[in-house]
Amino acid sequence: MVSWRRLRALCRKETWQILRDPSSNLIAFVLPVIMLFIFGYGINLDSSAVRLGLVLEDHGPEAVHFAESLTRSPYLRVRPAATQADAAADLTAGRTRGFVVVPGDFGERLQRPTDEAPLLVVSDGAEPNTANFVQAYVSGAWGGWQLQRAAERGEPPPAGLNLDARFWYNPSATSRNYLVPGAITIIMTVIGALLTSLVVAREWERGTMEALLASPVTRAELLLSKVLPYYALGIVSLFLCVGVAVVVMRVPFRGSWWVLWGIGSLFLASSLGLGLLISTTLRNQFNAAQAALNAAFLPALMLSGFLYEIRSMPPVIRAVTMLVPARYFVTAMQTVFQAGDVWPVLIPSALFLGAAGVFFLGLTARKTRRRLE
Amino acid sequence: MSEPLVILEAVRKEFPKARQSALEGLSAVVRPGCITGLVGPDGAGKTTLMRLMAGLLVPTSGTIRVGGLDPIQDAEKLRELIGYMPQKFGLYEDLSVQENLDLHADLRGVVGAERTEVFGRLLAFTDLARFTDRLAGKLSGGMKQKLGLACALLGHPRLLLLDEPGVGVDPISRRELWKMVHELVGQGMAVVWSTAYLDEAELCAEVLLMNEGKLLFAGQPGELTGRMKERTWQIRGAAGNRRQLLARALRRPEVMDGVIQGHTVRVVLRAGAERPDLGELEAGPGAEWTAVAPRFEDAFIEALGGGPGGDSVLAQRMRPVTNEGGVVVAAAGLTKRFGTFTAADNVNFAVKHGEIFGLLGPNGAGKSTTFRMMCGLLTPSAGTAHVLGMDLHETAGLARQRLGYMAQKFSLYGNLSVRQNLRFFSGVYGLSGERQQAAVAEMVEVFHLEPLLDTSAEALPLGFKQRLALACAVMHEPAILFLDEPTSGVDPVTRREFWTHINGVVERGVTVMVTTHFMDEAEYCDRIALVFRGGIIAAGTPDELKALVAGPANANPTMEDAFIALVQQHSTDGGAA
Amino acid sequence: MLFRIRTLIIKELQALFRDRQSRAILIMPVILQLSLFPFAATLEVRNNTLAVFNEDNGREAVELIQRLARAQAFTELINVHSEADVRRVLDRQEALIVLRLPPDFSRDRVAGRTANLQALMDGRRSNSGQIALAYVQQILNQYEADSRPEAAASAPAQPKLVVRHWFNPNLEYRWHILPSLVAIITTLSSLIVTALSVAREREQGTFDQLLVSPLTPGMIMVGKTIPAMLVALGQGTIILLAAVFVYQVPLTGSLLMLYGSMVFYILSLAGFGLLISSVCATQQQAFLGVFSFVMPAILLSGFSAPLENMPRWLQFLDWANPLTHFVIIVKGVFLKNIGLAAWWAHLWPMLVIATVTLGLADWMFRKRLG
Repeated sequence: MVSWRRLRALCRKETWQILRDPSSNLIAFVLPVIMLFIFGYGINLDSSAVRLGLVLEDHGPEAVHFAESLTRSPYLRVRPAATQADAAADLTAGRTRGFVVVPGDFGERLQRPTDEAPLLVVSDGAEPNTANFVQAYVSGAWGGWQLQRAAERGEPPPAGLNLDARFWYNPSATSRNYLVPGAITIIMTVIGALLTSLVVAREWERGTMEALLASPVTRAELLLSKVLPYYALGIVSLFLCVGVAVVVMRVPFRGSWWVLWGIGSLFLASSLGLGLLISTTLRNQFNAAQAALNAAFLPALMLSGFLYEIRSMPPVIRAVTMLVPARYFVTAMQTVFQAGDVWPVLIPSALFLGAAGVFFLGLTARKTRRRLE
Repeated sequence: MSEPLVILEAVRKEFPKARQSALEGLSAVVRPGCITGLVGPDGAGKTTLMRLMAGLLVPTSGTIRVGGLDPIQDAEKLRELIGYMPQKFGLYEDLSVQENLDLHADLRGVVGAERTEVFGRLLAFTDLARFTDRLAGKLSGGMKQKLGLACALLGHPRLLLLDEPGVGVDPISRRELWKMVHELVGQGMAVVWSTAYLDEAELCAEVLLMNEGKLLFAGQPGELTGRMKERTWQIRGAAGNRRQLLARALRRPEVMDGVIQGHTVRVVLRAGAERPDLGELEAGPGAEWTAVAPRFEDAFIEALGGGPGGDSVLAQRMRPVTNEGGVVVAAAGLTKRFGTFTAADNVNFAVKHGEIFGLLGPNGAGKSTTFRMMCGLLTPSAGTAHVLGMDLHETAGLARQRLGYMAQKFSLYGNLSVRQNLRFFSGVYGLSGERQQAAVAEMVEVFHLEPLLDTSAEALPLGFKQRLALACAVMHEPAILFLDEPTSGVDPVTRREFWTHINGVVERGVTVMVTTHFMDEAEYCDRIALVFRGGIIAAGTPDELKALVAGPANANPTMEDAFIALVQQHSTDGGAA
Repeated sequence: MLFRIRTLIIKELQALFRDRQSRAILIMPVILQLSLFPFAATLEVRNNTLAVFNEDNGREAVELIQRLARAQAFTELINVHSEADVRRVLDRQEALIVLRLPPDFSRDRVAGRTANLQALMDGRRSNSGQIALAYVQQILNQYEADSRPEAAASAPAQPKLVVRHWFNPNLEYRWHILPSLVAIITTLSSLIVTALSVAREREQGTFDQLLVSPLTPGMIMVGKTIPAMLVALGQGTIILLAAVFVYQVPLTGSLLMLYGSMVFYILSLAGFGLLISSVCATQQQAFLGVFSFVMPAILLSGFSAPLENMPRWLQFLDWANPLTHFVIIVKGVFLKNIGLAAWWAHLWPMLVIATVTLGLADWMFRKRLG
């Protein structure tokens, strides 16, 4: 059914078109680099230096000592304020994400045995993630200071619990290490689905499809000629992104390249399939682009689990995420990057992606007409 | 007579949403070795028929055989047999000429030594050899058409289907294409050529004349034209206004159709009717009837039930434009450069009040550039364009208020309804309240838009689109009308109606500036400027231009002859200099 | 003049709302995002699995594990029994944290020595891991405080830190997402209405019709901006109503301030939209252009990650991102009841951006006519 000569000619045509269209180039080569850098440097969930206001109402030696230890913490950037009102104003304006008040009776209360710290800690709840970090960091600083104080006084360290936390794969808990693999998923979705959603619709709108249909081209050739060039583009883009991530951004890559290639190919098959299905069904560029945005891009961003925790979503939405190919690709990419070739994770993902690819491409093939109606 | 290659029997085609079937039981044949013209007004079903023969649509009922094959069942074999050029040529505009050819050669299995040979022949044949590296999108209309033909010809088709190859293409390119296709026919190919240009149809060996999905006539065009014998006349030497004379003639029951040809009026009589008295037509003492040869167009109009009549309701409703005297539109040293390329070079002309002034020229000659500068869509690199004594760039609002504009391709808001379009365009020109309502109501009445008021503009039949576009352009009663190839691709009946309105409003004192490469339209002009390679190579009345090329070989040249001769003269001059 | 602009606006709205497909394009994203974002966009950690590798079988260890099992952050608690199991559950992402209790845990506790525990987390989800770790730490602290009242009495140890979360006491993610959503939705529609509709007019040739009419380029721009504003204000209002009445997000500040800033925000976006449309020849280019602008603008607006975590040069660049300022104002009005000064601090940058982009767009429009 497939003539290599015809297929090659169609693929060559498609390639020239991609390379000559400035907006395709923008999406395929420029945007990925921008996105990679945004996710690598712009989006940082680590809150490595939370800006914290500090109101010192007690000027006794203990209070000053505590303030110094807060200031020394690598996780906090302390901004002193004269009064609580000033600190509150800073918080409201977003200049700080929380503040600590060391009350006038700090020294006295420190002597009294209670289980509550003599501190007033306020966080900016409008930024819930950062608020959690404020709580954790101040809490850590407080505990650390107490231990230090005990040690300086020559007291034996109070017995208690010592939790030693370790992150596997990502010892420094750098969010870049898992955001970048996720960002690559978004990029592949944009290339695979958004760009291809336009290509078949464009042929219909410009009338070139009619000339093709009147030639001896078969349905398989027509479909493959749309899949192969964009597949090549996607794979080039994938390796380019991974290369930049590993070499420039120093994101560790522990898996093997051929696994990356395999998983990437399966994901591309599913997103190309989705894009082509949209394009073939709608035959109108404007609507196709909108549909691709809602059917491919948004789910990849919101429901793939790369930015937001899937387990925390309500059951209905969790069920929906099971149908989002990007979800499986995010999991696979994060695993290949950080954990290596972990087959129990990769195989189910690969199976689903393969099935999604077959489903979308098959449906596209069914919708591809050899005639005008 | 040769065996037919295509046999159509009782072919019927219905589209799910259409009220009326696109083809109603059509039976016809197409023979090899000749060109079969497919003619008919817009919406007659020409494209549907083409697509059925190409196997791109499935007939609702009836049978089609192309070279003995069923286009649906034997689709694969059929595609080896046909070459098809769709309306927009089906070229990839972002691919070069060579790349387009390579693609189609590969698709049709033209390879190896044969390929080199075929390419050489086609490139020489189409004269595209110099442009192989150029992107198809950058070619002129005529060159695109030739490239489209070259692509369709790859792989030795036995049946060549050409869907309106002449639309938007100037007469020189059309003539060349015709010659090329004629050579192919000599080699035994069957060609189906659909067209709205009836002079082309006249040259076909056979025509299929269609209207509303039905076949009205099949046979040699001469046979149909023959029926018009002794019914076609010209009124020569008439005094006074020829537009008014045409209107008076068309009011007569004996007259079926009439057009202006330079200073004469051409009239077609109804079957069996006598010529009306010239005195009654107030043609003046010097006027006389001269018999002229019938044309296929006359027969076509008769087959469709006659011309639209000579009175423009629109013009009757319009208030006369006061004559402010003298020149209304003037270009002085008008020049436009795009980079190193000069699209218009030192163009000068002046249009007087109440005149129809035409810019005529082949594709890419610079007439559109000049036109766009005149209506303020482009800023000249040098020189001035004045409309009503004002520079459109300085006193934009004032001058534009008195200007009506109709673009080449349909350019109203397609997804708005007819009513919404009318309201919008009247509003933009500052008509409000009762005046706006009155103007909209008037247009609806004049152009019979009442039943279509809530239809989306893009869903209108072409003829109504044309009417709506004209309505939107004249609603605010402009003093000047700018028309950019206003009837490109429109059938003769609609074209007649359009020009009846234009003639009518000109009588009311409106000045009209028009670009065209339709020779009929050129004949309606009072004066013509022939644009070629960015400059005006000849200017004058249509008769003056024709006189320029009259000679022993052709004592009575048509406008098209004049056009072609002048352009060719100039290109050889240019080549020598 | 006003009448002509009104005519332009009516035409634009008719074109936007006339057919079903284009209506759907305006409504669908609103519904989809309104029903998806508030539930999906959360960095909270809930319903996770905690694995316990208990090498100690003392009473102390069992008690601690029971406490952990009751915690809300972890709905599932699995026991693992070997080092290999630890590796397996982490590799396969079966658990977010593995808590390891060493063999001498109970003994140390009973002896009053410091007992060591180990938490092993999946670095592929280190943000969630850190949050979950904080929960575990809280539980441990509570456990410590409850189990040793005598220790607290002897030495003044005050482990418990009380933190008050202002503006959002329970750290509800929806309170953070919905105000941001007002900003995001208005962004998309104002850009699409301006950039794509101009590109469409260019492709369909109606733009020439406008240019030969008495309308000036300025009037045409106003005629594109105001419909964009009406649509965006309408969509913004829908989200606002849903936020307040469906999702119960408190609206503490002044509506006047909110709508005032929205108007200027849409103006600055219309500037970007018109600018994009002035360099694009086709709808496809305009769409991809809008997309290339919107993606970074949304991601860098502080919506998905705090601004202060960005490198300085990006923060500087972000000043020119109108979305950044608008997100801050919307959240401020919703949750923080911000005052005029804080409002103005983020309003004037939008004014500057709007002036610059609209000015540039106007210049490009005129230039392209030449």
